[in-house]
This record gives sequence, structure tokens and C-alpha cells, in this order.
Amino acid sequence: MRHLINITDFSTGEIESILDLADQMLSHPEKYRESQRGRILATLFFEPSTRTRLSFESAMLSMGGSVLGFATADSSSTSKGESLTDTIHTVSCYCDIIAMRHPKEGAPLAGSLISEVPVINAGDGGHNHPTQTLTDLMTIRREKGRLDRLTVGMCGDLKFGRTVHSLIGAMSRYEGVDFVLISPPELRVPDYVTSRLRAEGIPYTEAESMESVMDRLDVLYMTRVQRERFFNEADYIRLKDTYILDTDKLRFARDDLSILHPLPRVNEISVKVDADPRAAYFKQVKNGRYVRMALITKLLEQA
Amino acid sequence: MNIDSIKRGIVLDHIRAGRSMDLYRYLHLDELECSVAIIKNVKSNAMGRKDIIKVDEDISIDLDVLGYIDPGITVNIIENGTVREKKHLSLPERLTNIIHCKNPRCITSVEPALDHVFVLADREKGVYRCIYCDSKH
Repeated sequence: MRHLINITDFSTGEIESILDLADQMLSHPEKYRESQRGRILATLFFEPSTRTRLSFESAMLSMGGSVLGFATADSSSTSKGESLTDTIHTVSCYCDIIAMRHPKEGAPLAGSLISEVPVINAGDGGHNHPTQTLTDLMTIRREKGRLDRLTVGMCGDLKFGRTVHSLIGAMSRYEGVDFVLISPPELRVPDYVTSRLRAEGIPYTEAESMESVMDRLDVLYMTRVQRERFFNEADYIRLKDTYILDTDKLRFARDDLSILHPLPRVNEISVKVDADPRAAYFKQVKNGRYVRMALITKLLEQA
Repeated sequence: MNIDSIKRGIVLDHIRAGRSMDLYRYLHLDELECSVAIIKNVKSNAMGRKDIIKVDEDISIDLDVLGYIDPGITVNIIENGTVREKKHLSLPERLTNIIHCKNPRCITSVEPALDHVFVLADREKGVYRCIYCDSKH
């Protein structure tokens, strides 16, 4: 039985096969309409989310499967003091696969160690978000036609931005990928991420100004400064508007740049950028549904 | 000191000078009823000074704990007054419930029943990382 806890749990070959299936599902969704009939996905969201939870539910329903679960910890037995491991023991008796989001880092891994069904990490605190990474990889591959030989800029909250950590882990396995990490000093990528890059000899640059590096980028991955990750509100207020991508800044960018964002955005990308052909973030949302369909299918095949 | 003076037991040799009391506590040697000798600041050609612990009984020792505290230690198993086995330690690949994750964002901070597990991330620098949250120790 396989789980998806960290994107690097899957080899690049396995990821490519998920992306291939997702591409087919996007092109011919009617072929998969009944493919998971009789199967149940449990969505356990101990931390609220709109996009990811709905994307998982939409993915399972699009394949004829069923969905059960909860959208906040308040509506689960956690509010009565039940441990995570007891919740997972119980829920794994009711379903065929679990998608789980939790505010604490490593919670999905803890769940997977005792679960009787595959567990998918749908986000654990500021740590990892591998299904967003699959979505990002699918989008980059569809937009750029490849996953290697790319200069990938990451901008915003790189400290608590779990999508950033997972995407760096995934992209660093491809030849010729170069990272440009744009953030204020307080929100730099954690040491465990950069120390792995250094150990593996993968090139990266840290920058504070978006404009100074814009013309180098094939992909620009914007992120939101997340209020919920700060213990101190004053720090959030001070840092939240550090980077705003607008049409002025895009004048420095290449014509074939792809702009991604895991969404939701607050104001880090001006709405005027939405009309720019380089904006790929709404395509990302659509891709997210199909890549989750492909992931659920692959994990259930091996369950 | 002459380790042959023990008939059956264990000698922990090449302990960094000054660390023997830490080991004494980590290995719960205070709970033993047999004789335990702590010899501090012994002259050593290789180390300058070293500590030695002699335990006059063949006890089972958690080599992972020992390797984590000081991978340079040599464990001599003594039988019939001679060294039956000499074990050279190294940093263990995995530590379970030996060190604890201090990251308040880690799942181990709210799930008391979970084992605290660390894996060796950098042998040269002796860096361990929590399997749940990747925090460094």
C-alpha cells in the first residue's frame, strides 16, 4: 500500500505517469466517469480549506466514487479530545482512501503509520503540500512542455509556504533546474530545504527584489503571506504586502514566462495580471482536479 | 587501569574526557546493583585524555544511545577475564525516543502517544531530523 506524504515519496517516473494519466483524464473525462464507482474517499480537514477539499471531492465524484468527511476540526471528535491516531483508526474502517489536512507538521505521516487505507497529505501546517505540487508540476509541464532546464522563481512567504517546500523538493530532481528564491529575510526558505539543495549541488540564488531577477525566470511562483502561520500579528502586517506582482513589474519579464500561484491570493497579484497570457494560475486550479483524480486512481490500484 | 581485572562485564573505552557522568545517567547505570567504576582523565595516546567506565556484569547496553552520545566510544565485552568482543560505534541511522522534537508546530507536540523518531541527515555534521516535521537536532 502506498501513501503520498511527501512529493519525494514518488520517483520522477511515478510522477510522470500520474501526470500522463491526468492529461488523459483532462482530455477525455467521460472515459473515467464510472472508474471509482463503489469507492469512498474520506476528506479529513482538521484545518479549513476551500480549494483543496473541493478539488479532492470533485475529483472523486467525477469518477463515480463517494465522499465523506469533515471540513473543520470542530466538527470532528478531535473537539472532544480524540487523538489523531484514534480518528485515523476509525475512519480507515469507513473508506477506501483518506485525504487529510492538519495544522500540525507531520500529522499525515503519523496517520499513515497506522492507517489501513492509503493516506494523502492534503497539507500539514507550513510543511508540505504534495498534491498542490502535483498540480504545479502538471501546470508547468503543460505550459513549458518540460520539467527540466528551467529557472524557477519562488516569491513571497518562502518560510511557511508549504507549497514552495514541496515544489523545490520535486523540481530539484530534474536536470538543469535553477531556483531563484525571492523573499524578505524573515521569510526565507527554511534551512532544511536549502541544506538539501547545497548537499545535492543544485544551484539557487536568494534575492530580495523581484524586479532584479525577473528577466531570468521561466516560471514565477507567487505565494501569499499567510496570516494563520504567524504567532505575532504585527509581523504579519509588516510583511504581508512586501511583493505585489503587477503589469509594471511584468515589463521586465520574458514573453514566455508562466506565472503560477497556489491560490487563494490576497493582493500579491494584481487582478490586471489575470488577463495576461502568461498568467497560468486559474489553469492550475483546473489541473488540480484532474491530477487528484489520477493520484486517487494510482493509489487505489496499489491498495 | 587493567580491563583484564574484570572477569565478566563491559568496559566502555575512549569516552571523551568529562563525558562519563553523562553516559552514566543516559545508560541508567545508577540503577545497577553490580560494581561500576568511572575512571576520569586517563592518559591516552590518541585522545590526550579520556574517560573509561567499567561495569562488573554483562548488561545489555543500547548501542544506539551510546553511538548518538559519542560515536568514538569502544565497547569491550569481557568474558573469562579477556576481551571477547570489541564493538566500534557509529552514529545510528535512526533514533527512537532518545531525543525529543522541540518544534511546537510538530504533531509530536500534541500527540503524546507518538514515538519521537529522528533520522540521520548528515553523518559528517551529526545532524538528525525529525521524521514528522524535518526539524534539526
